[in-house]
Amino acid sequence: MNEMTPPKTERTAALKGLGSARKRVEDARFTQGKGNYVDDIKLPGMLFGDFVRSPYAHARIKSIDAEKAKALPGVIAVLTAADLAPLKLHWMPTLAGDVQMVLADGKVLFQGQEVAFVVAENRYIAADAVELVEVDYEELPVVVDPFKAEAPDAPVLREDLAGKSEGAHGPRRHHNHIFTWEQGDRDATEKVLASADVVAEEMVYYHRTHPCPLETCGCVASMDKVNGKLTVWGTFQAPHAVRTVASLISGIAEHNIRIISPDIGGGFGNKVGVYPGYICSIVASIVTGVPVKWVEDRMENLMATAFARDYWMKGKISATKDGRITGLWCHVTADHGAFDACADPTKFPAGFFNICTGSYDIPVAYLAVDGVYTNKAPGGVAYRCSFRVTEAAYFIERMIEVLAIRLGMDSAELRAKNFIRKDQFPYHSALGWEYDSGDYHTAWDKALKAVDYEGLRREQAQRLEDFKAGKTRKLIGIGLTHFTEIVGAGPVKNCDILGLGMFDSCEIRIHPTGSAIARLGTISQGQGHATTFAQILASEIGIPADDITVEEGDTDTAPYGLGTYGSRSTPVAGAATAMAGRKIRAKAQMIAAYLLEVHDDDVEWDIDRFAVKGAPERFKTMKEIAFAAYNQAIPGIEPGLEAVSYYDPPNMTYPFGAYICVMEIDVDTGEHEIRQFYALDDCGTRINPMIIEGQVHGGATEGYAIAMGQEIAYDEMGNVKTATLMDFFLPTAWETPHYTTDFTVTPSPHHPIGAKGVGESPNVGSVPAFSNAVHDAFRAFGLTQTHMPHDHWRIWRTAHELGLHG
Amino acid sequence: MIPAPFDYHRPDTVEAAVKLMADLGDSARVIAGGHSLIPLMKMRMTDIAHLVDLQKIGALKGIAIDGDTVTIGAMTTQQELIGNAALAGAAPIIREAALQIADPQVRYVGTIGGNVANGDPGNDMPGLMQCLDATYHLQGPDGAREIKARDFYEAAYFTARADDEILTAISFQAPAGGQAYVKQKRKTGDYATAAASVIIAKSDGNCSAASIAMTNLSDTPVWCEAAGQALAGSPLGEADVENAVRAMLAVINPQDDNKGPAEFKRHTAAVILRRAIERAASRA
Repeated sequence: MNEMTPPKTERTAALKGLGSARKRVEDARFTQGKGNYVDDIKLPGMLFGDFVRSPYAHARIKSIDAEKAKALPGVIAVLTAADLAPLKLHWMPTLAGDVQMVLADGKVLFQGQEVAFVVAENRYIAADAVELVEVDYEELPVVVDPFKAEAPDAPVLREDLAGKSEGAHGPRRHHNHIFTWEQGDRDATEKVLASADVVAEEMVYYHRTHPCPLETCGCVASMDKVNGKLTVWGTFQAPHAVRTVASLISGIAEHNIRIISPDIGGGFGNKVGVYPGYICSIVASIVTGVPVKWVEDRMENLMATAFARDYWMKGKISATKDGRITGLWCHVTADHGAFDACADPTKFPAGFFNICTGSYDIPVAYLAVDGVYTNKAPGGVAYRCSFRVTEAAYFIERMIEVLAIRLGMDSAELRAKNFIRKDQFPYHSALGWEYDSGDYHTAWDKALKAVDYEGLRREQAQRLEDFKAGKTRKLIGIGLTHFTEIVGAGPVKNCDILGLGMFDSCEIRIHPTGSAIARLGTISQGQGHATTFAQILASEIGIPADDITVEEGDTDTAPYGLGTYGSRSTPVAGAATAMAGRKIRAKAQMIAAYLLEVHDDDVEWDIDRFAVKGAPERFKTMKEIAFAAYNQAIPGIEPGLEAVSYYDPPNMTYPFGAYICVMEIDVDTGEHEIRQFYALDDCGTRINPMIIEGQVHGGATEGYAIAMGQEIAYDEMGNVKTATLMDFFLPTAWETPHYTTDFTVTPSPHHPIGAKGVGESPNVGSVPAFSNAVHDAFRAFGLTQTHMPHDHWRIWRTAHELGLHG
Repeated sequence: MIPAPFDYHRPDTVEAAVKLMADLGDSARVIAGGHSLIPLMKMRMTDIAHLVDLQKIGALKGIAIDGDTVTIGAMTTQQELIGNAALAGAAPIIREAALQIADPQVRYVGTIGGNVANGDPGNDMPGLMQCLDATYHLQGPDGAREIKARDFYEAAYFTARADDEILTAISFQAPAGGQAYVKQKRKTGDYATAAASVIIAKSDGNCSAASIAMTNLSDTPVWCEAAGQALAGSPLGEADVENAVRAMLAVINPQDDNKGPAEFKRHTAAVILRRAIERAASRA
């Protein structure tokens, strides 16, 4: 006899599955300082590596003298390119089809570039030895302006590419040119622009910035000379890809390499790429036979590991007199720095920037992106966004505002007039994407109503009058954004990185007593995977989330996957998790039917059990089924209850949202105050509302930083001017605005549970919302476009140039 | 971010510290809260063989108010300045300024002595001390001496303090009148883009005396004597304030940096000073 069955609502709640605001299981250790990060790893006999870095942005290396450093007691070795060359490890492939120096090979190309790697008994001796390495440089002319990079007489940066007129992405037209990437229909677009009622044209610059995770990049490499196994603990957002790449470039068989990503203190794209520190640590461990640790400091992180953005986007947008958009044209000059080390799917050298038609039904469009080399650090990673999607969203959301100014229209109305309608999905964009789903008008109307948009505009108009009458020196700006993301890379048919298809995976083992472990090919850097993936599974297999361990990051145990970035974990690995769960459930159904002595088709799923159709009192819970899987000889069914799923998504997912920022601006000092920030996100099915809210707060705060002050700036000599947190803006609790979050739910039609991913939406959506608010404050005085970051002096300059200082 | 090797000393009396400084010579530096010195050492921008830590010297701590005379030990932390009710009564501008220095974690360690003695033009207290006409008490191998804050600063990181002298205390007369410290900064923890210390005394509705000092707008703090004089005896009308602002602008010399170009800083300095005058006057 079965015990009395609790009601469905109670059983559902007990699972803490989809939709539950379950507390993060990770936080018990994180909030107690008990996380285990790379720098917490201490192995017997471990040595420490540290870099000699270039003080110059462009210089020839005439000589490196390491004798004094080697003579310092405790120094084990000093590696230079000459030491790595016999192993062919002085250069390495980048994720973008280029090559990059591991250690300076004859010249340096950016300030902070790795020149030599000192290995010592402790990090203090290593730091002392770095000072003793004598490098003789001959300075060369520097290129910091991407528009000057392609001048006929511009200095040759990449001498290794001499004579190569073909790059990884087609022809190169100049020695500092990397690629041209074209999408859409140029002729048709230019024809539309030529005969349009209205064409708005503007240069939109999304400045260079940096993901700046609180934990910097680092690793511990340990070569075991007895068993021939190399283990590397590192800050890797894609551990399996690192293993494969490490095998390909080192020649060590892949089964002899184990990559472990322990707890990661934020990644935001900064930890996707492969850095010289990893290679040098591995080589040093192979040479010395003992473990070698390398962890960069904050200045090294900001100066040398991957930056983000730096896109100069020239746009033209055309419309009819009454505001119907007819065409979009865009040319991007992309400053990639010294090496093309963007982290994009191979076939997309400008990422998914061709989502730049945004949320709008634009009949025809053309896009060209030119990548160029400059004397700046390499990178171009997706800083809490899908590949180049933040740049695209910023571009189109600025162009909409500029067009609204040209038309003399309210930009909220202009947006609503041009949104892709709900009945148009799946929608094929002019630049080649198939938007899976959306309901933009509903979200937009909800957002405008929530903030009382009309009321805000009235208040703004009154303030403007008061300003003109000399009663106040503060203006109000209302920043609107409706963004569409493209995340979840991606379908293997068009998405790969270094030839590795961008599927992802989940392996589940149900234990005899009815608890479970799930392992995934992704890796959490703070997203809370251990919490949310357990919730997906709980709803799929009826085992409480609290009874499911989620494990990631160890390539010896986790199934192969492409890692976590571009909001791909939920769309891809989350789907794999659901699909693996369904395999478990299918087998559980057969076991249940056997135990209940009915046909497989005569039982049905009921939250946490299978019950006989029409006889719900006859059932087997998942706990009972799990035990039976291990102790019953069931004819035709193998013992055990395990499953693995590799999920190749049929399409990307397209989360969207409506963000509104209300800002007060002091025209005399350039200071601002965020009075209100409303964020409506539609990420499809919501797995854990609390985690979604946390993601929105975090991403919007990064967006706030980027829009209002954060930048990696160089002087004309190529010196980094913002290499410490004194000048690189990270908001504290004091600066961070208050956020109001909201949502609509438009499930993805192709994702097993309808989820779309949310981690990056707030960065994508908030940057244009903040920036548009600044622009909007000055719209009445004739401002159409100025550039981020909107720090005090730049806002002041805008006011000054508009004549607002009398 | 690892400093070069150095020796560490922790004397427990001022005399012992002074002797250490004399014995160790040029290669020694005293360390108070360390918020300026330690980053410089970690970035290897300074080479110091001996650090003489003043933390253990009880005689350097504390706030004493005797009649109108306020004396603050050099090792008194910003947090202690903020939390001292008597000081808030005698010179509320100190609390107002200290609350705008860095963040709470820094303020629990950073000291007023380190802030004024380091000679960093970005520090908030030196200008404020000039505004208050404070006296610095120094002790060296030849004994104790006093010097006015207004005579102390020579250039960025260069002061009238000799290498073997230690700043032991700061004293000043509790000011009469309204006080205001107004600071524009980019974010928590930042140095001022522009900051103004203003004290205004009033009598019969007119300004009877005024003292004005500006922070981070030159390579030293700038006490603007003429700006104060422009206000003294005036009804603090718009023209009077503009005279003070003009006098201030004549003596500051801001430079271009990441906070913005000099032109912007001159503009904000004027705005900040107007606001500080208005606020101080309203409190007078």
